[in-house]
Amino acid sequence: MNEVIAKIDSSPLAAPPVIRITPPNRWWALPFRELWEYRELIYFFVWRDIKIRYKQTAIGAAWAVLQPFMTMLIFSLFFGKLAHIPSLGLPYPIFYYSALLPWMYFSSALQNSTSSIVENQRLVTKVYFPRLSLPFSSVLSGLVDFAISFLMFMVLVIYYRIPPTPAIFLVPFFLLLAVLTALGVGLWLSALNAIYRDVRYVVPFLVQFWMFASPVAYPSSLVPAKWRWLYGLNPMAGVIEGFRWSLTGHGTPPGRIMIVSCTMVLVLLFSGAAYFQKMESTVADVV
Amino acid sequence: MSETVIQVEGLGKRYRVGERERYLALRDVLTRVFTSPLRRNRRPVDFLWALRNINFNISRGEIVGLIGRNGAGKSTLLKILARITHPTEGSADLEGRVGSLLEVGTGFHPELTGRENVYLSGAILGMRKREIARKFDEIVSFAEVERFLDTPLKHYSSGMQMRLAFAVAAHLEPEILLVDEVLAVGDLQFQKKCLGKMGDVAKTGRTIVFVSHQMTQIRRLCEHVFWLDGGQIRRGGRTGELIAAYETEMMSGSAKSQGDNFEIFIGWELGSSGNILKDGLREVTFYFTVNPPEPIRRGYFGFHIHNDASVLVASWGFDGLNMEPGVQQIRVTLPQLPLRPGTYSILTSLFNGGNNLTGKMLEIWNGIPFLAVDTLPLCHPEDAWAGILNLPAQLDCAGFKESITVQQIAGPIRGSRTD
Repeated sequence: MNEVIAKIDSSPLAAPPVIRITPPNRWWALPFRELWEYRELIYFFVWRDIKIRYKQTAIGAAWAVLQPFMTMLIFSLFFGKLAHIPSLGLPYPIFYYSALLPWMYFSSALQNSTSSIVENQRLVTKVYFPRLSLPFSSVLSGLVDFAISFLMFMVLVIYYRIPPTPAIFLVPFFLLLAVLTALGVGLWLSALNAIYRDVRYVVPFLVQFWMFASPVAYPSSLVPAKWRWLYGLNPMAGVIEGFRWSLTGHGTPPGRIMIVSCTMVLVLLFSGAAYFQKMESTVADVV
Repeated sequence: MSETVIQVEGLGKRYRVGERERYLALRDVLTRVFTSPLRRNRRPVDFLWALRNINFNISRGEIVGLIGRNGAGKSTLLKILARITHPTEGSADLEGRVGSLLEVGTGFHPELTGRENVYLSGAILGMRKREIARKFDEIVSFAEVERFLDTPLKHYSSGMQMRLAFAVAAHLEPEILLVDEVLAVGDLQFQKKCLGKMGDVAKTGRTIVFVSHQMTQIRRLCEHVFWLDGGQIRRGGRTGELIAAYETEMMSGSAKSQGDNFEIFIGWELGSSGNILKDGLREVTFYFTVNPPEPIRRGYFGFHIHNDASVLVASWGFDGLNMEPGVQQIRVTLPQLPLRPGTYSILTSLFNGGNNLTGKMLEIWNGIPFLAVDTLPLCHPEDAWAGILNLPAQLDCAGFKESITVQQIAGPIRGSRTD
């Protein structure tokens, strides 16, 4: 009898997972495997975000195009026509829209992920799931808006007859970098925001400041060469330059600045995840 | 048989309490805003152990209730087991998928339709998409909201929202289910349905840990109970006994005897089994210890039993009592007391020189402890929860061969537990 039971128990399929609950001590161990196990939940979070984002709006997803488009018009008028900022020989609308694509994605992903823990506090205090999936999914759900506004860019490219170059194949890489940057900073800010609600008042200011520290309204060639590496510490500088270059073929491919940016993204990502994990152990008690 | 699926060892949870330091000036507020995220050293604060030194094992298929007054640590314990909050010390091992139901409607979004919310809430509670799709029709018909599936949730009545929420949760199929107080919602009819569903879930070998303040629910669902008090497990054991002890204590603060402060009634018991009635079909003797301060001539003794809904179940009055002062016993023997399982309160009274209308009241006493009726269901196991009387019955009709005896039914259901 005992043998039979032992046999059944030793079958790997029958063995149920054992969850061990102990005081938090391994905050540096990042739960990527668990995140993968909960991929369906991340999918549902993204799906929910998209579903409710434009509910009860009159023009719905058109906002995803209208926002960068209007900003592009304003930038073209003030920075371009009035301030005569150099535009790498590109028409101003293309010059600005190609930078606003990643920037608009980044700023909204950042703001959404910052509030992700606080906005889902009822969930966080009532059910278990890897908390990382919240900032993770809010960063991912911004990609849908990105895709919609990208369609508008195609229209502009055709209108201005800008031929694509082979560099266009690097767009996914720069996009990934933008996603990871937003995630890295989002991890920090969402964790901080869960504990210090001040963060939510800081973020709009931060985003505005960050935009001027990134080559959105001007080309990075305006930055003196000897400060260029420092400029690269802002990963969005590399991302935006990269977008402009790979989408239009104009400008210079970001070189050394990219190495600094990528390093910075990794630092942000791992430190952010570690801080997030540390916060996660107490979040249900403080949110 | 008794394979352990939840093993808790030395579990403790500490919270910081007390007010944070007060802001002194705007300057301090500003420095705090910008420096506090980086600084760890705070003024020392008081700590409170919400749970300390908790040890227990739960076997597969058991339904365990956690009882205790507010702040005893029930919900904290459940939250630790559900991995919502971390323990400060100790460990807990859970074998199998864990589902938790600490709130009804977790993850519902008012802008989404009923259909969409079923999927969302299901996913949040830990169901796979395929699993939800498979059970979708069942969930919807359980909630009785078929007609409103494509209506946004915000247009649902609160009752409908509640039904949908519970329907989703009720169809969770984890190996371990943690439930907190959620059955206290909805109308009585639906509560019954939910309780039934939970019972069904348990029959399939799943383990349930259940927190409730409603003792009827605990009694109906749980075989075992842990009584938490001040962050510690005070007692663990069979439901009937433990709830009676718990309710007795809950009462003892408020239950004072009324009368001329004689404190005539000292206690009562059922002989060797204390306050627990295990067989309602045999002769039962209540032993009341009394200490009359004065000689009683043609006195009156009243004895009443109320159920937990304060319904008078039975009452007896005895006239013409003659007693001398001093500690002595009053024995009341009943040929049988066929009550459904539960907790019953005892009320006794003693009058001198006449009955309860004409005599002089010496004392009316809310009997302590409560009477715990821990009898077995006699016919169908579900019968234990219907009505007040626990009476055997036999059915005869054409084509019905076996007549069901008490032992056959009682054996495998509750009698298997010999502790």
